[in-house]
Formats: sequence, structure tokens, C-alpha cells
Amino acid sequence: MIRLTIGSRRDLVCQQAVELVTDYLEGVLPRSQRRRFEAHLAGCPDCPEYLAQMRAIIALAGSITPDDLTPPMRSDLTSLYRRWQADDALDNPA
Amino acid sequence: MALLRPGCPEVRDDPDSELVDRLRAGDEDAFVALAGKYRTVMLSVALGYVPNRAVAEEVAQDAWVGVLRGIGRFEHRSTFRTWLIRIVINRAVSAAARERRSVPVNDMEPVINAARFDAAGTWQVPLEPWAEQVEDRLTAAKMATRIMSAIDQLPPRQKEVVTLRDVQGMSSVEVCAAFDISPANQRVLLHRARSWLRQVIESEFGGTR
Repeated sequence: MIRLTIGSRRDLVCQQAVELVTDYLEGVLPRSQRRRFEAHLAGCPDCPEYLAQMRAIIALAGSITPDDLTPPMRSDLTSLYRRWQADDALDNPA
Repeated sequence: MALLRPGCPEVRDDPDSELVDRLRAGDEDAFVALAGKYRTVMLSVALGYVPNRAVAEEVAQDAWVGVLRGIGRFEHRSTFRTWLIRIVINRAVSAAARERRSVPVNDMEPVINAARFDAAGTWQVPLEPWAEQVEDRLTAAKMATRIMSAIDQLPPRQKEVVTLRDVQGMSSVEVCAAFDISPANQRVLLHRARSWLRQVIESEFGGTR
């Protein structure tokens, strides 16, 4: 595969582009930087896949669901709550 | 205490407002629901400060006592979860002082090994494409499990930020407020965490790490 590296100082290279991915996804790149980033993606055989992989990572992380409470955890929490309510009633008698 | 940094947009609707109102009214089920929902996050945040899971569990319990005491004064100036996390951090810092452990923070390693790029800064070896493969449900489930264990191995600050942002789906505003960090700092931590997780999954697909 032939890869052209165009010599303009304003063009991003892959090594720079990967460092901008999060700022790009967060929408905080200044407009000129965003244009350079998108121009790099348009001409790069690899970085679009890199960006897609970062998006996939975010989606995978988002698919993790917190563990459900086990019955013992549930009863621990319930007793914590009841203990607190009892103490609170003692501290602040009606 | 100002919960929002200048430049951060205002906190939008609190997803927990209904549960919080019920908790205020003394609803035990609302308490158990909130405690269940935030259990993993609370432990993960606490583990950024204290040395082990047992102490983190104590911190979480202690934090819930703080929540119950303070809920009457909670004024919705931040989301409930931001407020909750700040309580966890406060309790965890005190617990860590008791445990006398300083937390090493090593965020200086490069995001991607420079050897992956040639002298011009171009990928030496084309990337193995797998982004589309993880859309498959079975592969996604397997990789999500791998990500979960990889998150556990991250340095504490990165772990907290990526857990809250990407696992829990919190906004950058909420995370900045919870940890009292700047938006730029938060992005650096998030970037390092995500980049490393990407490399972990890449190696699962046989790519270079």
C-alpha cells in the first residue's frame, strides 16, 4: 500500500490525530483543528477505523450494567436505613 | 460552595429527582433503589482513595449515612449523583488518612507506544479492523466483560472518570463538579483511559499492543 504524506505543516499525521480523538468526540476542538482532523480522516486509510474503535469502546463501556444487588446486600442496606431512622427518631423526638 | 466551574453549562434535569423526592419522604424502597444503582460507582470512586474493597465498602456505608442525614438540606444545585460522589470522596479521603496510604497517580505514560508510528507519524502497520465486529451481540458481551476487568486495572483517577462518564453515562459537567477538576483535566483522564481500553480490546483481536 502506498501512503502519501503530504508535506504541509498544517496537515495532521496519524500520531497527532489519535491524540485529538477524545476532544473531537467531546466536541471541544476549535473549528480550525476540527477541520484539520476531519481532513486527515478523509485521506487516511487507518484513522477512520481508529475513531470507529474508540466509539466502539465507549459503546462497550456503556453496555456494562452495574451488578444487581444480591439479597444479603439488600438486607444490609435495609437494616442500615432502619437503624438510621431509629437513631434519627431518638435524636429528634417528635 | 460553587458546584459548577465557570464555563461549564448548567446541570440539566436530574435523572434521580423522583427517587430523591421519595427518599426525602422516608421511602425505604427509594433508598434501596438508589443504593443499588450507585453501588458500583461508589465503590469504584472509594477505591481511588482507599487500599482495598473492604474499606471501600465501609466508605460507601458511611457515605449513605451522610446522605440520609443531609438529604433534607440537598438543594438540587447539582444532580443527586454529583452530590453523592462528593460525599463518597469526602468520606474516602478521611478513611484514606486513617489508613495512612498515599495514592500514587501515574498519568504520564504515552497513550500509544511511539513505536507504532513511523518517522513521519504514520501507522507502521495498518490497523486490524474490528470496530464493526464488536457490534455483534455475542462479541460485544465478551468484550464488555474484558473492558470491565481492564477498567479495574486503570490508575485511580482514570478509572473514576471513565466509570462515571462511559459506564454510568454521566455528563462531563457532573464529573468535573464531582471531582472538582477542570474540563481539560477531565478530558485528559478520559482520553488516557479510553485509549488504553482500546488497546486492550485490540490485543483481544490479535492486534499489536
